[in-house]
Amino acid sequence: MRRLLSIAFLLVLLCALPVFVTAQPIKADAATLDYHLSARAVAPGVFVVEGANADFSVANGCNIINTGFIVTGNGVVVVNTGPSRRYGEQLRALIGRTTSEPVVRVIHLNLHPDYFLGNQAFADVPRAATPVTRAGMQREAKAYEDNLYRLCGEWMKGTEALLPETDAKTGVERIGSHEVELVELRGHTDSDLLLFDRSSGVAFVGGLAFSRRIPTTPHAQIDTWQASLNELAGLRVRMIVTSHGVVSSDTTAIALTQRYLAWIDTAFRAAAERGDDMNDVLRLPVPNEFRQWAAFETEYTRNVANLYPRYEQAVLKPHP
Amino acid sequence: MSRLLSAALALVGTILATSSFAQSGAASTGGDPFSSYQWPDLRREFLGSGPVEFDARVKVLAPAFAEDPMNVPITVSADGLGDVEMITVLVDRNPIRKVLEYFPVVSLPRVSFRFKLEQASPVRAAVKTRDGVWHVGGALVDSSGGGCTAAGETRRDGSWARTLGALSARVFPHSVPVAGADTGTRVRLRVMHPMDTGLVGGIPAFYVNHLSLRDDVGRELVRINTFEPVSENPVFSFDFAERPLGHLQLVGTDNNGNRLGGPVE
Repeated sequence: MRRLLSIAFLLVLLCALPVFVTAQPIKADAATLDYHLSARAVAPGVFVVEGANADFSVANGCNIINTGFIVTGNGVVVVNTGPSRRYGEQLRALIGRTTSEPVVRVIHLNLHPDYFLGNQAFADVPRAATPVTRAGMQREAKAYEDNLYRLCGEWMKGTEALLPETDAKTGVERIGSHEVELVELRGHTDSDLLLFDRSSGVAFVGGLAFSRRIPTTPHAQIDTWQASLNELAGLRVRMIVTSHGVVSSDTTAIALTQRYLAWIDTAFRAAAERGDDMNDVLRLPVPNEFRQWAAFETEYTRNVANLYPRYEQAVLKPHP
Repeated sequence: MSRLLSAALALVGTILATSSFAQSGAASTGGDPFSSYQWPDLRREFLGSGPVEFDARVKVLAPAFAEDPMNVPITVSADGLGDVEMITVLVDRNPIRKVLEYFPVVSLPRVSFRFKLEQASPVRAAVKTRDGVWHVGGALVDSSGGGCTAAGETRRDGSWARTLGALSARVFPHSVPVAGADTGTRVRLRVMHPMDTGLVGGIPAFYVNHLSLRDDVGRELVRINTFEPVSENPVFSFDFAERPLGHLQLVGTDNNGNRLGGPVE
């Protein structure tokens, strides 16, 4: 009896721990251009399609995104469509294998390339993003296509940006058996939509949080981003699905992202006050915790290029 | 056994072929550690016929890849070389290959700034010592390309005309290491300028070509000649072993004859 009890106790303990899926279930195959996408149910009707926790590369076919879909009972809602036409097609096929319900809507959480370059496979479905995101996609689409072609070549064949054609409406909406809320925050980009499935407590948070992966910052404003993360932490979310990084069954990625952004803010400010040049900042002693996150080598370099000039300019004295 | 032997022979053959290839490659690129076919030309055009050495004491720091090809940070230092007359920064595969000439009149032979990179390329610093020898160091920077043939941000939004020549600067005492102690002074400054390369359709070359940092009796401390590939709104860092005395003044021009400069504090 006591043994049984202690086993039960152990089980409870295990359940309370955040569960990280460490083994990547999928490996993209560059020979057949098959992403080997698989859908993992994280709640009834809520599926996550996990990408590599890495930087864009030919080996992963530029699939570094966690997309998802919700089978609502009244059609499927797709969250982001991946980096390429091929990805979009394979995602659509995967959804077809998972449920007989039709895809009724695509939601894009921000303007970044792997949130919408799979859209050609969803040409017959209403595709929505916020007005700010739609304008951003329009502006950047050409450069995104070029850059991903350069990085991933063959995988990108036939990919052309097909933009969302409707505005996403924020607020709560009942779709089938699910109560879905769209919340517009900002800071990672100028418009960061999050899709909160209130029925299950799962939120798709896009690039607002990164899970054990260095955040991307080409459109970031750190103060605004931190304020959004505080807001996100205040929502009654049970589990978040980040677009990049390891999908865990809790909300720890919020705190991880807050900690990283706080470090960047403090360290870059101090570096600017010392008179550091960008190359000095590239060589700062970044805490070990962050160095172990995925894509550190490339993404930190980008963080410095994206963010440091603002800190630097703030300490130089202007002379009229 | 004979199979083993033939395998061994094949291996030896491969090694020989590889090394002779490497030798011929090195010969046709003038012994360049980056094996760049542009190097012999670059040397002839910018360093003349004097002695040239690849020298590990010339340190070039740059990121492994250009996140923003319009703003690639580079830091050159040649601390161990003794009496440095000038530092020239060259980019093998840029359409305009000379980026900057730096004369550390009383400053240390260290300079940092950002430049435009057209495609993946070795980036070189050639340091001329008073004995006439060029000491060359470099770094390889990968790039998605387009740094020299795209218009700058302030050119695209038209704001350059409102900010042209605006100077911001600061002196950072006790900020940089000199012989192991943080006793050195860094001067950082930014001059607002579109730095048009002339390689974008309809926009002629328009760039800062000369800057001189002086003390309050007019003595020159640092002189630089800048060229088209220096980034828009350039930011420079110079290091001094000791804080230069008095009020510092920047004096400069662009290729259209505009006068630039102001106080540096």
